[in-house]
Amino acid sequence: MAPVLTFFGVFAVLPMVLVVYLSFTDWDGFGFPSLSGGGNWSRALQDPEVGRSLVLTLVFMVLGWVVQTPIAMMIGVWAAGRQRNRAVLSSIFFLPVLLSTAAIALLWSAVLDGNFGLTQQLPFLDRFSFLGDQSLVIYTVAWVLTWQYVPFHTLLYQSAARGIPVSIYEAATIDGAGRYKQFFRITLPLLRYTLITSTVLMLVGSVTTFDTILLLTNGGPGTSTRIAPLYMYITGFGAFEFGYASAIAVILLVLGAGLSLAVTRLTGFRKMSSQQEGS
Amino acid sequence: MSITQSGTPMARPPASAGPSASVIGPKRRKVGREKPNYLAGVLSAIWLVLVVVPLYFMISSSFRTRQDYLRDNPLKLPSSPTFENYQSVFTGGFGRYFLNNIIVTVGTVAIVVALVVPAAYAVARNPSPMVQRGFSLMLVGLAVPAQAVIIPVYLLINQMQLYDTLLAIILPTAAFALPVAMLVMTNSLRDIPNELYEAQTLDGAGALQTLRNLVLPLAKPAITTVTVFTAMSAWNGFLFPLVLTQSAEQRTLTLGLQTFSSQFGTNVPGLLAAITLSLLPIFFVYLFGRRYLLGGLTAGFGK
Repeated sequence: MAPVLTFFGVFAVLPMVLVVYLSFTDWDGFGFPSLSGGGNWSRALQDPEVGRSLVLTLVFMVLGWVVQTPIAMMIGVWAAGRQRNRAVLSSIFFLPVLLSTAAIALLWSAVLDGNFGLTQQLPFLDRFSFLGDQSLVIYTVAWVLTWQYVPFHTLLYQSAARGIPVSIYEAATIDGAGRYKQFFRITLPLLRYTLITSTVLMLVGSVTTFDTILLLTNGGPGTSTRIAPLYMYITGFGAFEFGYASAIAVILLVLGAGLSLAVTRLTGFRKMSSQQEGS
Repeated sequence: MSITQSGTPMARPPASAGPSASVIGPKRRKVGREKPNYLAGVLSAIWLVLVVVPLYFMISSSFRTRQDYLRDNPLKLPSSPTFENYQSVFTGGFGRYFLNNIIVTVGTVAIVVALVVPAAYAVARNPSPMVQRGFSLMLVGLAVPAQAVIIPVYLLINQMQLYDTLLAIILPTAAFALPVAMLVMTNSLRDIPNELYEAQTLDGAGALQTLRNLVLPLAKPAITTVTVFTAMSAWNGFLFPLVLTQSAEQRTLTLGLQTFSSQFGTNVPGLLAAITLSLLPIFFVYLFGRRYLLGGLTAGFGK
């Protein structure tokens, strides 16, 4: 146990403490940082860009959840069926899960390119500038994130839906319940723990997802997709203001941990996970 | 329920059964599924198109010359297929990036498995509060996002003089794979019945021998899951290579893709060839071990 804890402590726990320390320094990336007071924090509170990028982060979070959850649940329940055509099709549905974030973001930037992209060669779609239009680009990014993450959440729902005993559906059928009634009365309630797991993963993930946006839009056009993690990255590794970037990172850390804590508390997820651990 | 339906359901097809009324006994579930589910059919057809078309575009365009890419209809097969993009990808240094990716992936998996098996064994068998508290601490790590602590990790790697080495990627990647790996492995070792451990003790086996004779063979599925999960996150990792390395010699595949696209922004077929190549190894694993791969991906969450 000791080696694991040491290793984990150095690279995961210590950084959590260090990031708070760093937010009170003016570290520029050279030498060792020394304390410089709360300047970063008063700056962060006054910086409108911090508030704006946090709101944008929340917009992506809500948009992602609202779009991805129904799609993932429907495909997951559908793919849970043992029919042969479903097995073949779902093996295709899961393909995006094999690609790295970088590959997905760059593939879609080629597909959506405003000059020579695939969408420019297709009827109807060619009238949109998916990556250049400030009002459209948020939905474009949300779509690429959907394409990327739905297969993973579909997998969660599929394996959970396969765990529902067939006999429940048999009984419901005998009682005359139709397909949709069965879905809303049996499947949906029995998938609620999966719904919670998937929601927690989506929320915590969207607090920090920035690589897709970095590669797809680099926060643009303008700053219209510059979410908080990207703002942190640009401030730190772009402008070498690591102290200020750490203050933003602490906000993200608190936001992410707070969200997962809130969701798990509100929904009794902890009870469930401790059942899983068998303790 | 009407009188006419009050016989034994087994004896007679239910009234609502569709064309194939041979639904008796265990097959009865089919009753509700007789009508094709048009809504699901249409939705999955749409999703199929949305998944397949970009991938088809990626592969077909990677075989086009740059002139054809600008001229051809992107949905048709390449008019004069060429391998030149794949050649240019390899002359552009991708062989090196591939090798780096393999080193990073193997190194990360080796560290995680070597650390997690004995630690999970301790958690499963040793009830001391210290060990259990340590385990709880690791589970908190599930909620720690790597992005939020990337700046201190950068500082630490600098202080350790590891900046711009492959080890700088391996160590944090392994650390952030540990919580899930611990969860999966501990759950699996807790499932081993006590009697088997006692039998080992009766045979006079020490902790190490028990680990080798009993735990390792029974934990094989969990080790597979942990390996797949860790390998995928190492193979596809982007943040740690981006922040912790800079030279071309230490570049991994994902970073190579990024550099490719920023340096040769106009060579889209080349970029698509590079993306296709970076996907190939995982695709082969998917072809031959789909169950393991998908199980490993949802490790710890897919119950």
